[in-house]
Amino acid sequence: MSGLDQIFVWIGHRAAGWFPASVQPLVSAVLAIAGVMAVFGTCFALTTLAERKVLGRMQNRFGPNRVGPYGLLQPLADAVKMLTKEDIVPFSADKTLHFLAPLVLTVPVWLAFAVLPFGRNMSAINLDAGILFFFAVGSASELAVFMAGWSSQNKYSLVGAMRAIAQMISYEVPLVLSVVPVLMLAGSLELNDIVAAQGTYTFGGLARWNVFTPWGLAGLILFLIAATAESNRSPFDLPEGESEIIAGFLTEYSGFKYALFFLGEYLGLFAVTGLAVTLFLGGWHAPFQWLEWVPSWFWFAAKFGALIFLFIWVRATLPRLRLDQLLNFSWRFLVPLSLINLLVAAAWYWTGAWKFPVVAPIRWLLCAALIALPYHWLGRALRGAMPPPRKYIYAE
Amino acid sequence: MNGFGIIKGMIETARNFVGSYHDAQRLTTVQYPEQKLPPVENARTIPFLVFDGDDAMAGLRCTACVICEKECPPQCIYIVKDQVKKPDYVGKMQMQPKVFDIDISVCMSCGICVEVCPFDAIKMDQVFELSTGDRFGKLLLDKHQLAKPNDYFVKIHKTEASEIDVRREEDKRKAEAAAAAKAAAPKSPATPGAAK
Amino acid sequence: MLNEIAFLLCAALTLAGAVAAMMLRNLVHCALCAAGAFAGLAAIYLQLDAEFVGFAQLLIYVGAIAILIVFTVLLTRGAEIQPGAASSASSWWKGVPVGALVLACLIWSIMASPSLVRLPSPNVHAPVKQIGEQLMNQFVMPLETIGLLLTAALLGAVVIGLREPRTSEPNS
Repeated sequence: MSGLDQIFVWIGHRAAGWFPASVQPLVSAVLAIAGVMAVFGTCFALTTLAERKVLGRMQNRFGPNRVGPYGLLQPLADAVKMLTKEDIVPFSADKTLHFLAPLVLTVPVWLAFAVLPFGRNMSAINLDAGILFFFAVGSASELAVFMAGWSSQNKYSLVGAMRAIAQMISYEVPLVLSVVPVLMLAGSLELNDIVAAQGTYTFGGLARWNVFTPWGLAGLILFLIAATAESNRSPFDLPEGESEIIAGFLTEYSGFKYALFFLGEYLGLFAVTGLAVTLFLGGWHAPFQWLEWVPSWFWFAAKFGALIFLFIWVRATLPRLRLDQLLNFSWRFLVPLSLINLLVAAAWYWTGAWKFPVVAPIRWLLCAALIALPYHWLGRALRGAMPPPRKYIYAE
Repeated sequence: MNGFGIIKGMIETARNFVGSYHDAQRLTTVQYPEQKLPPVENARTIPFLVFDGDDAMAGLRCTACVICEKECPPQCIYIVKDQVKKPDYVGKMQMQPKVFDIDISVCMSCGICVEVCPFDAIKMDQVFELSTGDRFGKLLLDKHQLAKPNDYFVKIHKTEASEIDVRREEDKRKAEAAAAAKAAAPKSPATPGAAK
Repeated sequence: MLNEIAFLLCAALTLAGAVAAMMLRNLVHCALCAAGAFAGLAAIYLQLDAEFVGFAQLLIYVGAIAILIVFTVLLTRGAEIQPGAASSASSWWKGVPVGALVLACLIWSIMASPSLVRLPSPNVHAPVKQIGEQLMNQFVMPLETIGLLLTAALLGAVVIGLREPRTSEPNS
């Protein structure tokens, strides 16, 4: 492969080569950690800016453009502001838990990046049960949110924490279930194997990404919806809905701890986005065979950026859900649909053995119908399950 | 079909996003320190003192009648009368303020002082960039800071100022005519009100 | 050496968490300490190179069970035990035989199992695929039984939850 493709791997090897052989594994591990932290730390800073700029443009505003050219230094100003603010701990707060909560949220999230393949030969560790590892380290975030909300001794915090837990429990299920078809078809829990399974090309040089199959498309959409909810983003930002409960579980946090929560939430978003790229969008593979010469990490970054943009786009478009709508949507729509998606994946696997002319479009349409019809019916049932519009006797 | 509403909404936001880059009509935000909207004639912020002529203190219309001080609801005006009198625009001797302070941190911009002033001496200004680093010293404006020429008043409140100017011209003309009439008839006994 | 220190740390975390979960007066603290104990157990699994079990432990116990405990504590009243309340119920002695029975059971099964015999570690590698195949072939009966049991428990919980008698409609 081209040198540019492997440049980061090569730099890592060269840097580790300067040290004695006994500490080389340690050094390369530290280098990998430093690389991931530097890249995604910068990514965090840039995303906070990009989010505000894009949201502004979508609402016909400019967005931040005061600090530096085009507002590019805004993250720096935000950082200075956040870090120099007074760190207030409420008098009646549970001091230990109040202190621990941002750490419990932020530290495990970094671990999730360890298994993501960012490019060819560019994953920090190859775990046999990589997906399981990813979800296991992510599971601490719910506890952290609860700790933050409960220890603040503030009713808004507690309401926010309760909402967060209800939401996270509900959406963890479709999140994991939408991943399962990928694992079924790839036959592995290791992320590198899953990427490799999407690495071949079909007719016309088009890549065989999971998203080009009916179950993959449905899975990606389900995964993205659940990921939006898991990372507390609009339209599922009930736990910190500022127009309802001040800032939810963040109400009593300020300064550095607040910044840590922000960091943790954005990193969680990055991690699930990276996972979505890996599972459904072919990881670091090029979309067409004739684009193979572009470095693999570029493809990962491009897909990653596109998905982040999608998240911002959705945030700019949709209003916040009510809590009953949120839970109904998960349990009555997403969970059944992701279970049906398992069957669709099985059907896809089974029809893979079919041999007759023009099999590909027929197979595709058949499987698409298998998921589209339940989608339609479940959607109608969900609409029927919703309580009728509320009548405001005094407001009319 | 379910879900199309979301897609429609997303197309709308995407149109905004793209449109805001090439369609200046969409971006209605005024980039404030560099760009400013033209001031609206009816805008009113804090009071100022109008003077005629070039010398601010000599041309001050205020006669230290303290009506505004008494009427001011938050009592942000503080006036001390001067012992020395000065002639006003019709040549009549009038009192003048020695001290005229307005605490603009207290002023609530109600404009009552303007309405009660019989001499058109206090009017509402349009300045709005009033922030300072010293809230005790710099927000207490004295008469030198408050005094602004009539030209400025004409500039900011054109309709109102020109009406007043016409009226004052009329008064002035009448006063001059009266003085001329008085000068033309010196034989008549001196009227008591004319002296001093 | 390094391995032993790591083991001691994990074991200390697990034990301290478990003891704190029993002793602390604040129910929320207890629940969180229990979560810490679960995490320590997961660390011990990981130290034994049982990746799959360790991650599953973390995912299920810290991610789901601990959250459910916390949720239950919050949804029921009395998260704070009154300072005057007795630290244990008066019928505590009824628990002694149960505890003794469980302990005896555990001791018996540990003594009976070959895990106490120190074999030279055969460097067992258990990839996920193999675990899955074993679960689906050799151990399919226990797996299905556990699944049935959990389903029954779930249904039971639903039935208990449903049993609340409907009060008459509040003045409509």
